[in-house]
Amino acid sequence: MVEALLFVVLGLATLVGAVTVVVARNPVHSALGLLATLLGVAVLYVVQLAHLVAAVQVIVYAGAVLTLFLFVIMLIGVDEDESREEALPYQRWIVGGLSVVIILFAGGLALFGNFEWVPAATSSLPSATNGTVEAVAGPLFTDWVLAFEATALLLTIAAAGAIALAHYRRREA
Amino acid sequence: MVDVAWYMSLAGALFFIGAVGLLLRRNALVMFMCIELMLNAVNLTLISTGRALNDINGQVAVFFILVVAAAEVVVGLAIIVSIFRIRSSASVDELSELRG
Repeated sequence: MVEALLFVVLGLATLVGAVTVVVARNPVHSALGLLATLLGVAVLYVVQLAHLVAAVQVIVYAGAVLTLFLFVIMLIGVDEDESREEALPYQRWIVGGLSVVIILFAGGLALFGNFEWVPAATSSLPSATNGTVEAVAGPLFTDWVLAFEATALLLTIAAAGAIALAHYRRREA
Repeated sequence: MVDVAWYMSLAGALFFIGAVGLLLRRNALVMFMCIELMLNAVNLTLISTGRALNDINGQVAVFFILVVAAAEVVVGLAIIVSIFRIRSSASVDELSELRG
């Protein structure tokens, strides 16, 4: 019951935030809509017992990534006059029509087909997926240790790449 | 307990909104935010299926996706800023330097 209530409220907040990202003319409003979505998804993680991932979501996404977005928006200025004119006038209608077809197809499949969202799902209350730090760290440092080291390397490369991009023009000039 | 189908539907709606925004918007920053939306939708499906299957590996996968997304944002925003320094615009329609 509590979960259903949380799902409805947070699901709506998430969707409203997502729509705000797309339709807002001011990029700052888009960033705030993204914040609403990220926080809503984080609470949905908590509802689903993914505690560590929810904390990481708030710290990394809502904390670091969104701050970075806002910094860049402030840095390059709020570009109000995004042109709404279409260089390829029929493109929008084609994409819209295709979207409707795909939605109807997928929705019909989900509703009327013999469709299972997650095959072999257990309906009992989960115990093994209580996502504490210990529970996530176990597989992370045993089964996935190679991928973990690879992401460490990836982060180093990303940081070095960002610094290189920031210095690129200065060296050239 | 909310059925996993509802979470999957929510994630599908989020992904769809993100994809539509990516197609319709020209501002590179907003397009980037739409990519983040789509990544979050996928993360939500992984968490929900991991819970439905009683498998912790879904959460581990989300952990990796978060790290990769953070790295992607760092490099992507650096590219946007360096493009803005040259072009004074964040609109992707005006970028044609790579045209053959």
